[in-house]
Amino acid sequence: MHFASGAVPEDYLLYVRRKYFWIMGGLLLLFFMLVYSISVGAVEIPLYKVIQTLLGQEPMTRSDENIWRIVWNIRLPQALAAIVAGAGLSVAGVVMQSILRNPIASPFTLGISNAGAFGAAVSVVVLGTGKVQSTVADAVIINNPYLTTMASFLFCLLATGVILLISKIRGASPEVMVLAGVALSSLFTAGTMFLQYFADDTQLAAVVFWTFGDVGRINWLELEIMTGVVLLAILFFIANCWNYNAIDAGDETAKGLGVDVEKIRLIGMVVAALVSAVIVAFLGVIGFVGLICPHMVRRVIGDDQKYLIPGSTLLGGILLLVSDTAARLIISPYVLPVSILTAFMGAPAFIYLLLRGYKR
Amino acid sequence: MILAVEELEFLYRNRKILHEIAFSIEEGEVVAILGPNGVGKTTLLKCLNRILHPKGGAVHLDGNNLFDLGTMEIARLIGYVPQRVETGRLTAFDAVLLGRRPHIKWDITEKDLRIVDSVFRLLSMEKLRLSYIDEMSGGELQKVAIARSLVQEPKVLLLDEPTSSLDLRNQVEILAIIRQIVLEHGIAAVMTMHDLNQALRYADRFILLKGGKVHAHGGAEVITPQVIEEVYGLPVVIGEIAGMRCVVPESPEVALVNNL
Repeated sequence: MHFASGAVPEDYLLYVRRKYFWIMGGLLLLFFMLVYSISVGAVEIPLYKVIQTLLGQEPMTRSDENIWRIVWNIRLPQALAAIVAGAGLSVAGVVMQSILRNPIASPFTLGISNAGAFGAAVSVVVLGTGKVQSTVADAVIINNPYLTTMASFLFCLLATGVILLISKIRGASPEVMVLAGVALSSLFTAGTMFLQYFADDTQLAAVVFWTFGDVGRINWLELEIMTGVVLLAILFFIANCWNYNAIDAGDETAKGLGVDVEKIRLIGMVVAALVSAVIVAFLGVIGFVGLICPHMVRRVIGDDQKYLIPGSTLLGGILLLVSDTAARLIISPYVLPVSILTAFMGAPAFIYLLLRGYKR
Repeated sequence: MILAVEELEFLYRNRKILHEIAFSIEEGEVVAILGPNGVGKTTLLKCLNRILHPKGGAVHLDGNNLFDLGTMEIARLIGYVPQRVETGRLTAFDAVLLGRRPHIKWDITEKDLRIVDSVFRLLSMEKLRLSYIDEMSGGELQKVAIARSLVQEPKVLLLDEPTSSLDLRNQVEILAIIRQIVLEHGIAAVMTMHDLNQALRYADRFILLKGGKVHAHGGAEVITPQVIEEVYGLPVVIGEIAGMRCVVPESPEVALVNNL
């Protein structure tokens, strides 16, 4: 059976072009926010200086040198970390929502974040890697960040492994995966509380502090690792966008279209979990972005994964960057951890979108 | 002969659901799979395109043994319309475009868009192109699902109760469309059905399942009161209304009470 008589419908092309414009607009906004975010803080840097510094202009004066240092050593890594982490959490969320056929799926739902927090708690309380400093701005430091990060990452992988094992035994059905994730999430939360109960004041403070996800704690090397993982994952997800579209249409439709649903679901889960694990291990628990950004984007450009995945990636980066910038400004000179701000900023915006319904 | 099924056997947890299933289908034929609830009609349909994996037997399509082909290759030969269609925030055009999945390498091409457009014209759905499928009626949604299976450019269409949730007018419209496409494009359609009268009207051949086996199979002549009673456990009369054969349960209260 062959159909060739059709034309390429203009109205559809127009409709698709609108989605492109939204994504292009998102890119522009992200770039503007990046420059703005670097310019504001305890030391104000004019926008043109930021751009000059980013373009690699050598500092001439002493004040330029200071600016250079602030931009390259402090603000740029922090802003990039916010973008990369936001993008990674959001893209992991959108893919989990698709393959688990569940609108509230996110890196949180599967217990990955809580497993990471538990891992950090084990490191601080059992292995003794936390202590308290007396300054207000940086009250707690983790005196062996690498061990804490590793412990957190390992427990994230453990949670993922357990979910995959259960899926292997019971078949990779979305219900089994989501419910196993919820169970693990509670288990790790209980485990963290158990450790906190027996921790001393110093350890308790360190554990609680760690769970406040904060993009300021990253260094360039960690940023490079995180960026590499997130970029690879985004490319992988985009390459699979038609498979996720097919799964969105129902497992049976997808199978009828030749998609190996169980395999796509398992591999997608592993990649999404890995991205979440890396971000959680480096930055701590940052909620909300992975859950809400995809839904915000859905309400503007619809459920087509071809646009939803890039759109969610962008909005995740934007939302976390805006949150982090606000977190630095609200009670300046003190800096709030970004995780507190994401929900403060995102929830009202999202409730507005829920009330408004879909864009026509 | 376009599709030939030989000695198909399907087990679920070591329980035989289907066995000794054999039949063949010609180009241009609409085939109805009939039988009571739970007899394995949907299972049989899903075995044909390997959504389910039969334990034994073979399905030949155009000389190829389907069990030797990959899932994408099968999807280029067989279109499948499930009973339940999920909706989302997608336009009808995008939802149908998804049917090109088995042909897509990296991304859609202009050819894919043209094919989708011509199927919209074929089904007279141009106006629905940019409607969102989560705002559609059951009949419109079913058309989208059928359109999606057509852009796969299949040789055989499998439809699982294509009219089960539709009103009378939509039932007739959908079945007439299937009938027309099968004839015009020389493909074949296999559908599971509950409505014997619609089946008699729109299908050329009938496969009646009972106890996991083919109880009777052939043209309209196999639909006799005796066969229907054997399959459904209910006495029926078959008469003609306006030149069309109709199956009517024989005074149902009496029949059911007698069976108790």
